[in-house]
Amino acid sequence: MKFQPVIPKTRHRHGTALRVAIIGGAGLFLFTVLFFRLWSLQVVTGDEYLAEATENRTREIRVRPPRGRILDRDGEVLVDNRTSMALQLDPVEVPTEIPARRKLFSSVADLMDRDLDWVRKRYRTEVEDNPPGSPVTLASDVDDGLVFYLQEHQAEFPEVQVNRVFVRKYPRGFEAAHLLGSVGDVTADDLETTDDPDIQCGDVLGKAGIEQTYDETLRGTAGTTKYQVDSTGRVKGQLTSETPKPGDTLRLTLNQDVQTAGEAALSSIGLPGGFVAMDVNSGEILGMGSAPTFDPDIFTRPLTQNQVDDLYDEDLGAPLFNRAISGAYPVGSIYKPFTAIAALDAGEISANDVIQDGGQVEIADQVFTNAGKQPHGPVDLRRSLEVSSDVYYYLLGAKLNGTNKLQKWSDRFGIGRMTGIDLPGESAGFLPSKAAINKRDREEPNNPFAVPWVIGDNIQLAIGQGSLQADPLQMAVAYSALGNGGTVYKPRLVKQTEDSAGRVLAETEPEVARQIPIDPGAREVIMGGLHDAAQEPEGTSYGVFGGFPIPVAGKTGTAERPPNGDQAWYAVLAPYPDPEIVVITTIEQGGFGADTAAPVALQILSAYFDKQAKAVSGGTGAVE
Amino acid sequence: MESSRVSRGEVGPFHHRTSLLERIGIRDMDGWLVFSALGLLACSLLTLHQGSRNAIPGSPDYYMQRQALYGLVGIVAMFLISRVDYSRFRELRVGIYTFLCTSIFAVFAFGVALRGSTNSLELPLFTFQPAELGKVLLILSLAGFVIDGARRGSKGQRTIRYLALGFAPTGLVLLQDLGTSLVFGAITIAIMVAAGVRWTHLAAIGGGLAVFIAIVLVAMPMAGAPLLKEYQQERLTSFLEPSSDIGDGGYQQNQAKVAAGSGGTTGRGDQATQSRLGFLPENHTDFIFAVVAERYGFVGAALVLSLFALLFWRALRLMTLSKNFYGTLVAAGIAAAIMFQVFVNVGMNLGIMPITGIPLPLMSYGGSAVIATFLMLGILQSIHIESRAGQRGTWIP
Repeated sequence: MKFQPVIPKTRHRHGTALRVAIIGGAGLFLFTVLFFRLWSLQVVTGDEYLAEATENRTREIRVRPPRGRILDRDGEVLVDNRTSMALQLDPVEVPTEIPARRKLFSSVADLMDRDLDWVRKRYRTEVEDNPPGSPVTLASDVDDGLVFYLQEHQAEFPEVQVNRVFVRKYPRGFEAAHLLGSVGDVTADDLETTDDPDIQCGDVLGKAGIEQTYDETLRGTAGTTKYQVDSTGRVKGQLTSETPKPGDTLRLTLNQDVQTAGEAALSSIGLPGGFVAMDVNSGEILGMGSAPTFDPDIFTRPLTQNQVDDLYDEDLGAPLFNRAISGAYPVGSIYKPFTAIAALDAGEISANDVIQDGGQVEIADQVFTNAGKQPHGPVDLRRSLEVSSDVYYYLLGAKLNGTNKLQKWSDRFGIGRMTGIDLPGESAGFLPSKAAINKRDREEPNNPFAVPWVIGDNIQLAIGQGSLQADPLQMAVAYSALGNGGTVYKPRLVKQTEDSAGRVLAETEPEVARQIPIDPGAREVIMGGLHDAAQEPEGTSYGVFGGFPIPVAGKTGTAERPPNGDQAWYAVLAPYPDPEIVVITTIEQGGFGADTAAPVALQILSAYFDKQAKAVSGGTGAVE
Repeated sequence: MESSRVSRGEVGPFHHRTSLLERIGIRDMDGWLVFSALGLLACSLLTLHQGSRNAIPGSPDYYMQRQALYGLVGIVAMFLISRVDYSRFRELRVGIYTFLCTSIFAVFAFGVALRGSTNSLELPLFTFQPAELGKVLLILSLAGFVIDGARRGSKGQRTIRYLALGFAPTGLVLLQDLGTSLVFGAITIAIMVAAGVRWTHLAAIGGGLAVFIAIVLVAMPMAGAPLLKEYQQERLTSFLEPSSDIGDGGYQQNQAKVAAGSGGTTGRGDQATQSRLGFLPENHTDFIFAVVAERYGFVGAALVLSLFALLFWRALRLMTLSKNFYGTLVAAGIAAAIMFQVFVNVGMNLGIMPITGIPLPLMSYGGSAVIATFLMLGILQSIHIESRAGQRGTWIP
C-alpha cells in the first residue's frame, strides 16, 4: 500500500476545455474593451474631460461696468449713471404650466400693485424681445420697501430677483435728448447682427444717438467673477475675479449756452422745428435740437406701449424724430446763394448785371411771381439777396436749365446728400435733377406728382422749392463752406474721448469732406448780399438782426410745403465777413422766415457771442 | 493542545499534522482569489472613506463603516461556506430553486422601493435584496438541474428545459429590476455554454433574445403597452445618444464619463470635484468606479480592473480543476455573473454601456450585494478545497 499524489485525470466530458476557453475568451475580450476604453478616456482625452469638469463646477457671473459719461464741450455732465433696483424674473425659473405660471404672475402683480394682465403682457413682450434666458425686467427703480420685503421672503418667490443695475441719469433733463439717444437691453436681434463676442445676454447697448454711434467707447468691458459651485448651484467659494473696465467718457463739441438757448428759443415758438449751430472752420456741432422733444429719462424704465406710441405719434409732432438731421424739407430762399454761385460759375450773369424785377415773370408760358407779387425794381446780385428777389432767381434757374450746373454746385455744397455726421438716422434728402426726376417718373408711373422734368423744375429749384428736400444740417454744412471759402467739413459731435479718470485718450481732428472752388469775388458779393439782408434796413431780416451788435450775414427762407403751411427757415453766418459760426433754424408751418426762424437764430447767436464776450473779459480783466 | 491535533489523516494510517490555519481551511483556499477579493474590498473602503465624506452630514465615514461591516459578515460567510462541500447543494437544488422563486415573489408582495426599483424586503434588522442572493441560488440550482437531467431527453429538450428553468426567475426579476435580471440571464447562458448545449441552440437563443429586446424596447412601447418602466427605457436609450439628453439619464452618463475622464493618468485626489461637489450621482453605489477613476486616475482604476481580472481568471481556472462537472458549471456561473456585472457596471461608468443599476461586485456600497458576492467566492473556495483534497491524497488500497 502506498499513499501517493494522484495526477488529476480528465474527468470532464469532451469539449469542456473548449467551452472554458470560450467563456475565458469572452471575459478576456470584455476586459480588453474596458481597459482600452479606460485608457482612451483617461490618458488620451483626459485633459478634455478635466476642462469639462472644471467648467462644471465654476459659474461665471458677469460684472457689468458703468457706462461712460457724456460731457459737453466744457466738461459739464450731460449723461451720467445711477444705480437702480430692478425687479426681474428669471425666465428659466418661470413655470411653463399655465396654472403655476398664473399663480406666480398674480403674486408678482400683488407685489407690484399692478393687475395680472399688466404683468402677463409685460412679461410676454420682454421675453419676445430678449435673447433666450436673459432676465426679464418688470420694473426698475423699485422702492426700498419692496426690496426689503423680497429679501425677507426670497424663499416664497424663488423666480423673482431684485438686482442692482446701472441706468442712465440726465442731470440736464430734456437737453440734447435727440443727440444723446438712449440705451436698452440687448435684444435677440442685436445678438444676431453683432459680430462682437463681448456682447452678451443682459448687457446694455446704445440704441440711438451718440449712445449708439459710440457704443463701443461708452460700453466698457465687462468683468467676470468665477465661483465654485456644487451640483445644486450653491456657491462654495470664489475662485478668480476680473474687474470690469468702465466705459470711456465722451466730451462732445456742444456749447451749453448755444444748446440751451437754441432749445429754449425753439420750444418758445411752439411749433415743430429744428436748429443746427456749427463751427464754420471745423465742422464741430455747437448746438443741435429738434422740437418737440422728450424726456430721455423715460428710457431708463421699462416703456409702456402708450409711451412708445406717443414718441412716434404724428399728432404730437413725433417727438422722437430729430428734425435737425432727419427732417427733409424744401428750403426756400436760403438756397439762393448756391444758385448765384452756380450762375456766376456758368457765366450766365456777372455780379453787376441788373434785372428789372416787376414782381412776376413769364417763362415758357408760365407765370412765376414774387412773394405777394411785390416788385423790387432794378436788382443786381447783391440786392437780389438783400430783398430776396424771386424773379432774379427764376431767370437764373431758367438760364441754367439744361446745364446741370445748379445741381452740380448744390451737390458740391452737400445739399441732398448725407453729411456723414456721427449720429444714426441721418436723411439724404433729395436734389432734383433732370435725371433723378425722370427716373422717379419711370419708377412711379402711378404717382401724380412724379412727372417728367420740365424747365419749371429748375426754376423752382433756383429758389429752393419744388422737389428739393434737405435738412438743417445739410444747409449748415453748405453755408459753412460758403462762409469759410470752400471747405466742406464732415460735421461731428465728439471732441475727445477720456478715460474714467478724465485723461484724454483721443482727440477728434476736423475732417474735410472736400474742397470746392468758390471764386473769392463771387463769395464776397454773396456774403455782402447776405449781410445786407440781415442788417440793412431793406433786408428781409433787418427787423430781427438790424440791431444786433455783431455783423452777420443771414438769409430768410419761406418754403411752400403743401399741404402744410409754409416752412420758415433762417441761415446765418457770423461774424461777417469772416464767420466762425453758422446757425440754421427751421420751423414747420412757421410762415415767413423772419417771423419765427430768424428770432430763434438770434437767440442762439446772442448766447454764443455773449459767452465769448464773457470769456474774453474774463481773460483780460476788462469789463465791457 | 494534544486534542486539537486532529486531522483527516487520522482516519488512515498516515498521520498528517495540521496547523490551526489549515484546520479552518486557509491552507487549502485559493490564495489569489482571497487576495483579489480582499484587495477589492480594501479599494472599496478607501474610496468610500475618501470619496463619500460629504454624502451624509455629520458622519463622514457612514458608508465606509457600514461597508466594512458588510465585508466582515461576507468574509465570515465565505469561510463558512468554503468548509461545506458544494456538491451538497446539488442535492438541495429543488429546495434552493423553490426558495429562489419564493423570495422573488415575496418582493412582489412585501417589497419596498429603493432608488426607483421595488426590489428589497424590509427585514427586522436590515433591508435585504433577495435578487442579490438569488444570483447565488440560481447558479447552484440551475447547475444542479443540468447535472440531474444530463441523461434525460434529447439535446433539444434539454436546451429548452435549461432555458425554462433559468429564464423563469430571470423574467420575474425583470419586472422588478432590469439590471439584476440581465445578470440572471448571463448566468443562465454561461451555465448552458459550459453544459455543452449545442452551438446551433445557443445561436437560436441569441437570435430569440435579439427579437425579444426589439419587442421590449421598440414594439411594446409603440403598441402602448411598455414592459419596462419609463425610467428604465429612458436610461437604456439615452446611452445611445448621451449628448442629446443632458437631463436625467443622459446627465448621469455624462457626469460619470466626465468624472472618469478628468482623472487622467494619476487622478485628482482631493481636487476630484465631480464626485466631491455632487455632480456625480450615486457615487457610492453604481458610480463608485467613476469615483475611483477620478480620484486615483488610470493607475487606480486599472488596478481595480486588474483585481477583477485576477478574480475572473481564478474562477475560470476552477472550471477545469473542479472535482466534478457540477463544480465546473457552478464556477462557470459565478465567473459569468462577476464578469458580466463588472463589464456592465464599468462600461456604464465609462459611457459605453447603458445605465442599468448593476452594482460593481465588492466595490459598490450595499450589504446584499457584498455578502452575496462573498458567498459566491466561498463556493469557489469550496470547489478549490475539494479539488485540492482530491489531489493531495487519495487512499489507494
